[in-house]
Amino acid sequence: MEAFSNLLEQLYFTAGTKAKAQLIADYIENTPDPDRGWAIAAMAGTLRFDFFKRNTVKKLITEHTDPALFAMSYDYVGEVSETVAHLWPFNSPVSPLPSLHSIVDTFATVSKQKVSATLAEYLTMMTPSQRWALLKLGTRGLRIGVSARSIKQILADYGKKDIKEIETLWHAVNPPYTELLQWLEGKADKPDIENAVTFHPVMLSHPIEDNDIDTFDANLWQIENKYDGIRVQLAVNTELAGKDKESEKLATNSTDEQEREKALFSRTGDDISHSFPDLLDEMSGNMVLDGELLVIHNTEKATASASDMASRSSASEPIVDTFNALQQRLNKKKPTKPLMQSNPVGLIVYDALVLEGEKLTSLTLEARRKKLASWFEQKKPPRLFLSNTLRASSPESLRALHNTVCDNRSVEGLMIKRLDSTYVPGRPKGQWYKWKRDPLVVDAVIMYAQRGHGKRSSFYSDFTFGAWEGEQLLPIGKAYSGFTDEELKKLDNWVRRNAVGRFGPVREVKKELVFEVAFDAVHPSNRHKSGVALRFPRIHRIRWDKPANEADTLDALKLLIER
Amino acid sequence: MHPSTWLKTDNTGLYCEPGGFYIDPMTEVDTALVTHGHADHARAGHHTVYASVETLAIMQTRYGEDMAEKQHTVSLGEKLTFNDVTVTFYPAGHILGSTQILLEYGGYKVVVSGDYKRRHDPTCPPFQIVPCDVLITEATFGLPVFEHPPIENEIEKLLHSLRVFPTRCHLVGAYALGKCQRLIIALREAGYHKPIYLHGAQLKLCDLYQQFDIDLGELIPVSQVDDKKELAGEIVIAPPSALADRWSRSLPNVRTVMASGWMQIRARAKQRNAELPLIISDHCDWPELLRTIEEVNPKEVWVTHGREDALMYQAEKMGFKARALSLVGYDEEEQGGD
Repeated sequence: MEAFSNLLEQLYFTAGTKAKAQLIADYIENTPDPDRGWAIAAMAGTLRFDFFKRNTVKKLITEHTDPALFAMSYDYVGEVSETVAHLWPFNSPVSPLPSLHSIVDTFATVSKQKVSATLAEYLTMMTPSQRWALLKLGTRGLRIGVSARSIKQILADYGKKDIKEIETLWHAVNPPYTELLQWLEGKADKPDIENAVTFHPVMLSHPIEDNDIDTFDANLWQIENKYDGIRVQLAVNTELAGKDKESEKLATNSTDEQEREKALFSRTGDDISHSFPDLLDEMSGNMVLDGELLVIHNTEKATASASDMASRSSASEPIVDTFNALQQRLNKKKPTKPLMQSNPVGLIVYDALVLEGEKLTSLTLEARRKKLASWFEQKKPPRLFLSNTLRASSPESLRALHNTVCDNRSVEGLMIKRLDSTYVPGRPKGQWYKWKRDPLVVDAVIMYAQRGHGKRSSFYSDFTFGAWEGEQLLPIGKAYSGFTDEELKKLDNWVRRNAVGRFGPVREVKKELVFEVAFDAVHPSNRHKSGVALRFPRIHRIRWDKPANEADTLDALKLLIER
Repeated sequence: MHPSTWLKTDNTGLYCEPGGFYIDPMTEVDTALVTHGHADHARAGHHTVYASVETLAIMQTRYGEDMAEKQHTVSLGEKLTFNDVTVTFYPAGHILGSTQILLEYGGYKVVVSGDYKRRHDPTCPPFQIVPCDVLITEATFGLPVFEHPPIENEIEKLLHSLRVFPTRCHLVGAYALGKCQRLIIALREAGYHKPIYLHGAQLKLCDLYQQFDIDLGELIPVSQVDDKKELAGEIVIAPPSALADRWSRSLPNVRTVMASGWMQIRARAKQRNAELPLIISDHCDWPELLRTIEEVNPKEVWVTHGREDALMYQAEKMGFKARALSLVGYDEEEQGGD
């Protein structure tokens, strides 16, 4: 545990990807299995469980310290783990500390009732920075500025392999990655993942630029709606079932994880299957599809007979609901039946990496699309819809199309993809473009400010702003981003000079400063007194020049509500 | 008469009405009593200034000989009278020449502690417990998360880093008055006797300390080093603002070190881009603040600049009457002696 804590400490204060990579590589080289594998999992965000909940930590500390002082300390420090690390009142050092592996193991096996006491024991044997490391590790929130991709790159460099090899293996191997590390060190064969249902790194797009629009040629590009849902990958292989299962189990001592037949991944490879059983239950075959997850209201399994074919095809236009509707399905570990009925999910499929067991990634988009379309025609898969393609003959008509598409609030712009693009993981240049709708903007008045967290922990950087309803301002949202460091300093200074009241950590300020707030959409909301909620609000400009009474009204904002 | 009737705060600072003077005023006033030389307490341009001999010297060094028309040297323990108010300066243990000020009027004793600490500091006499009815205390580190480690630990971190990175220039950000000299002395006490290199902004005040017979060992201005490559593996001390400045680019393979009480909070250290944060403070940490309140044992505690909420809460829990005294101008971010 000491080595891991030291590593985190150094990573935290070291700037620069290269220097961080050196520190991690050094750690991997000098730390035995399985400790190093657990550290890799912690850094890459692939630990499968929380050792303890954040709430357990909070409860524990409030049992042992004054809650008011804890609250004030937390407000200042801006982070629970560090606050607890400093405030934990007991200390009896143990040397050496238990290994990382034994700590992971302890929390994996300890009974629920004993989690809190176990954590307390560990905290007591550690220094504040070791406590901090344990708390970050245990709640899976390291935030050391190293992405999962960099970890894969570091591993690739360590074993002198291509990163693509690591990416393909990544979701089929499990912490503490002993197999993988042994292979990288040349001490074992490459892990076998032939039949595993695993995440395939996705292909991403670049924002389009004027130049790309000007040189648009209708013969080279495919145009689609950019839907306002979340990008997912559906991986299914039900054709294996029963066949080799028994022998495979014996050979690789496979876990439940490796035996699964279907999974839904987010575009970063997080497994989100558990939230969407309604979708997965109806899937079968051997395929990997790339698509947009949305709430779609005509997802019922078709009971139509052949004679209904004509009417079915017209009915198979998806009836897409707003992002707000999808939001209610996200991060639900176990969705309830009524929720799945009121907000059923479906997939608008725009690409296939594997179809009927055949790998398609080296084919062109045009060829993949053809196969996908005929597969749809043949299978009529439930809950899946083929994405529409749109037409534009010239740069001008592309611009016009963008304008019309953007009037439709269930899409958020256009996707423009080269017809001859093969499916390349990552963000290859010049292949796929996204062209988002221009953001909506509102002039709002800053009402409250709060100190930020993390790097902004001393600055007033979280702002609540409001719109006018008659003579009164009603809060419509909060924003934390969109300004430069220079502006942040100026705003912090402004808040300190113009504070008029205080509610705990929140400062009320004079209603004098106007922000131009950009946002992606506005939804009705009963959580806020104003009755509206903004999606992804960020500060677009600070209007030092604009008088507060010229800011927008709530009525003006409500006109922008979807549907 | 209760002090709340004759001690007032306004935009300039803390004003003693019957005495006709301000303590540590932010803007130019007729009569100012100054507790210590940090810029957020000692300003230029007052008509008459009362302060310790060291504080006056610091102010002259920073603002010139004519920083005030009349300059009165006050000795520790000497009784002064302003109308019916009796004033006595006592040591505060914060930096060279730092004092706390006792005010006696209308049957009440009030101590204005200024900035102070309770740890050993060879540059000034230790903080003295002065019994009083009202203790006005700072609360710079007034939260239980602040427990400053012994300075020896922090110095060892720096020396360890010098051993691990023998070719890197260790550029230490430390405030020019107080922090810089304390750091140098602690390095000397830990057996580090090589020359220490200084940014131009640190020079005059280090000279001043040496004039007051405080031995800092061999100090060399960075500007006198022709080949900056020679600074590899050496310690250079600069004001925090110079760390990320163009000035530091000429130094070889810099490792950024920052010495301040704020370094205890990771995010703060990170804001400063410190690769090696050293927790060195010239203020009280939380246990010392509480200990001071207990030992002074006043009837009331008034809390000024810093994290006053927590200290007030805790003082009340300990059975003292507490209130916040909001004073302007003590800049939370850049204050002198943190």
